[in-house]
Amino acid sequence: MTVILPPACRGYIRLVTKLPPDDELVAALGRGDDAAFAAVLDAWSASMLRLARSFVSTHASAEEVVQETWLAVLNGLRAFEGRSAFKTWVYRILVNTAKKRGLAERRSVPWASLLPPDEDHGPTVDPARFQGAEGAYPGHWRAAPAPWTSPEDTALNLEIRRVITTVLDELPARQRAVLSLRDVGDHTAEEVCALLRISAANQRVLLHRARAAVRERLAEYLGTGAKT
Amino acid sequence: MNCDEFVELVTAFLDDALDPRTEARFVEHLALCEGCERYLDQFRTTIDQLGRLPPETLSAETRTAVLDAFRDWHSA
Repeated sequence: MTVILPPACRGYIRLVTKLPPDDELVAALGRGDDAAFAAVLDAWSASMLRLARSFVSTHASAEEVVQETWLAVLNGLRAFEGRSAFKTWVYRILVNTAKKRGLAERRSVPWASLLPPDEDHGPTVDPARFQGAEGAYPGHWRAAPAPWTSPEDTALNLEIRRVITTVLDELPARQRAVLSLRDVGDHTAEEVCALLRISAANQRVLLHRARAAVRERLAEYLGTGAKT
Repeated sequence: MNCDEFVELVTAFLDDALDPRTEARFVEHLALCEGCERYLDQFRTTIDQLGRLPPETLSAETRTAVLDAFRDWHSA
């Protein structure tokens, strides 16, 4: 069954294939049902590519990770016991494959290793933007964020995409992974925690930092008047 | 609540993850502070724009290779 999400929902029309429940789906794959497999492949590839891209440096490399993941899924399918959702299982394989590849590219830090001290901590807005103890209202804006030109202006759209893509490339892998799943894709917070094996609090911190970084860059581009 | 605290709570607020007391302080501040109201709006715009990125797609070659692998897997 194919459902068209209203444009208002995602900003453009996206075809979403509704997949059968896990037990039916896995049984269909086990029977060698080509159509069922193609449906899963097409339904999940965009989000898998985006997630893989958090750990590896190029789109081509992300494609290879996705391909490798599907091969690993096929190898392991008969052993899939349904203890997690099928999708979670597939995405876990993807994350592990992508991390390995990222390490090989020497581009990505080990997921659980010590992070640079300020990567996940500290203010997401430059403290200089707020009044210090000497101000009339300490902790309040020195000057409010400048208003933005409406991004609805279609001439801006391509440029906004470029700005966002650039920031994504600069984000630490974990922040990018969470942001890609939550905001670029449409996974729930719970799904993201399960896929990346992180706590709800950690998920929120990573998401917030990533969003704040993107907002900051959009502000440079869309902000009118004073820099914010 | 001060603005520098407000800006760090936006995602928790949008996820409905603030405890009731903090949420009340957040909303109270929002009602009084134009700068933070704008910040929250811009955060929403940011999230909206992220959701508008076009989907990435597998190249036709990769897609075909994976579909072929599925057929091979089943007939093996």
